[in-house]
Amino acid sequence: MKIVMAIIKPFKLEEVRDALTAIGVHGLTVTEVKGYGRQKGHTEIYRGAEYAVSFLPKLKIEVAISSDLVSTVIEAISGAAKTGQIGDGKIFVMPIEQAVRIRTGERDQDAL
Amino acid sequence: MTQKSVLRASLIGTVLSFAASAAIAADAAPVPNKGDTAWMLVSTVLVLLMTIPGLALFYGGLVRTKNMLSVLSQVFAIVCMVAILWVAFGYSLAFTGGSDFLGGLDKAFLKGVTPEAVAATFSNGVVIPELVYMAFQMTFACITPALIVGAFAERMRFSAVLLFVALWVTVIYLPVAHMVWYWAGPDAIGAAAKAVADATDAAAKTAAQAKLDAVLADAGLIFKWGALDFAGGTVVHINAGIAGLVGALMIGKRIGYGKELMAPHSLTMTMIGASLLWVGWFGFNAGSNLEANGVAALAMVNTFVATAAAGMGWLVVEWFAKGKPTLLGLVSGAVAGLVAVTPASGFAGPMGSIVLGLIAGPVCYFFVATVKNALKYDDSLDVFGVHCVGGIIGALATGILVNPDLGGVGIPDYVTKPGELAVGAYDFGTQMLAQVKAVLLTLVWSGVGSAILFKIVDLIIGLRVSAEEEREGLDIGEHDERAYNY
Repeated sequence: MKIVMAIIKPFKLEEVRDALTAIGVHGLTVTEVKGYGRQKGHTEIYRGAEYAVSFLPKLKIEVAISSDLVSTVIEAISGAAKTGQIGDGKIFVMPIEQAVRIRTGERDQDAL
Repeated sequence: MTQKSVLRASLIGTVLSFAASAAIAADAAPVPNKGDTAWMLVSTVLVLLMTIPGLALFYGGLVRTKNMLSVLSQVFAIVCMVAILWVAFGYSLAFTGGSDFLGGLDKAFLKGVTPEAVAATFSNGVVIPELVYMAFQMTFACITPALIVGAFAERMRFSAVLLFVALWVTVIYLPVAHMVWYWAGPDAIGAAAKAVADATDAAAKTAAQAKLDAVLADAGLIFKWGALDFAGGTVVHINAGIAGLVGALMIGKRIGYGKELMAPHSLTMTMIGASLLWVGWFGFNAGSNLEANGVAALAMVNTFVATAAAGMGWLVVEWFAKGKPTLLGLVSGAVAGLVAVTPASGFAGPMGSIVLGLIAGPVCYFFVATVKNALKYDDSLDVFGVHCVGGIIGALATGILVNPDLGGVGIPDYVTKPGELAVGAYDFGTQMLAQVKAVLLTLVWSGVGSAILFKIVDLIIGLRVSAEEEREGLDIGEHDERAYNY
């Protein structure tokens, strides 16, 4: 079991969701986050006072999947979230030790 | 008696009775006109709308989320507190005769200010109920200290704000309002001037002249200098603006000022607040005419066009200087225009007001965006840069734009033609000297006085919240409330 965590541009969320649904991944957690990478942020000006805003709003999505789906999911997310501009985001894959569906008590592969 | 002489006698009788009834009409006390009264009732409410919610939202939107309620609370509480102080002693000290600097306590607790009592306007024989005049002036006393809180927003104790404002209204606002606006009124001057004109022998003339001099002397110091301030450039904006600067300097900068992001938490609310200020300002400026007539309409038009010009002025200058036109710049410029046109609104012509706005917007932008950052003082919401600077521009420009040659209405003169308003001689040097003296006295009175009052409040309860509370935010620290619970 793997968890795929991706940081994406906020307006790409619907496209990413559609791409994941299309490959049979049903279930996704979204968090509003701020951060920076190569995209350095921007300047905001209020009454002449300039502020460098280095943290930009992004969405963090997390999908728990079985290990054999990893490359398909990565392809789906990167295909849907890509604009070609800096700031498109990153994908990280991490192992899952255990999984439990709270309602039924199902475990691991059955709980995904 | 022949038929002819009967006719003559009856004619004489008719003429005499006409003359007698005319004399009675002239002497009969004027009664308020319902149109004027209705307009002043509405204007009074409009000025309250400027403060709550207008100014409260304009300021509130500019602070960070954690301090939203502290600003709203300060503004609302100031309105409540000053309204009570005003009827208790404020109105009496500002608007009764006394000295050049302050009135007396004859009308304390509204003694004698009954529904039948009337107050003078700017026209001979036109009065309004004194209660509405008192209430209209009350709203000015409420908004002026509320303007100050923007300068030390996000760091001053709530209790210290209230104590400071109670002292400030008493020691600074009331004397300045008295000095600028208190006078005997057109009817008192007209009657005394008429007595001088009607006096037949030298002794009577001397006595009448002495009476006229006494009536003219029954006015505030700045009024007697001949300084013009239609709706409060000195009394409201310079007065509050310099007090704010002194406060910002004495309390010190906010923690993290110049290093951390202190972006406005809701420019949407700031825009709503600025718009309500503009709408309410028609009551402020056109209402300051005290009558519903052509000059009120002139003040209204000036309040439209100067504001529009200043909004565009700030927008365009910022667009060139920083590369983008901003909403905050647009509404800040509009407020600067409203401030600048305030003293000029009933004296300047519309084209003069446009020029005034086009100057006020960019100059205030320069003070807010350049001077403040260069001198590194933390006037949080630019009370000095917008209100004091805009007020000074307006007060000085009033001395120029009142000139009939520039489309102004001219200097009011109630003496030359007793019983009516004549246009007095305009002299640039004389008028500008009066305007400059008015500005300087207000700056010194409020600047020095406020410094003393801030010091007193600091000694009694302390001006500033703890560093920990400032970081946490004043909403939780001072009020145990949050503005937004999602």
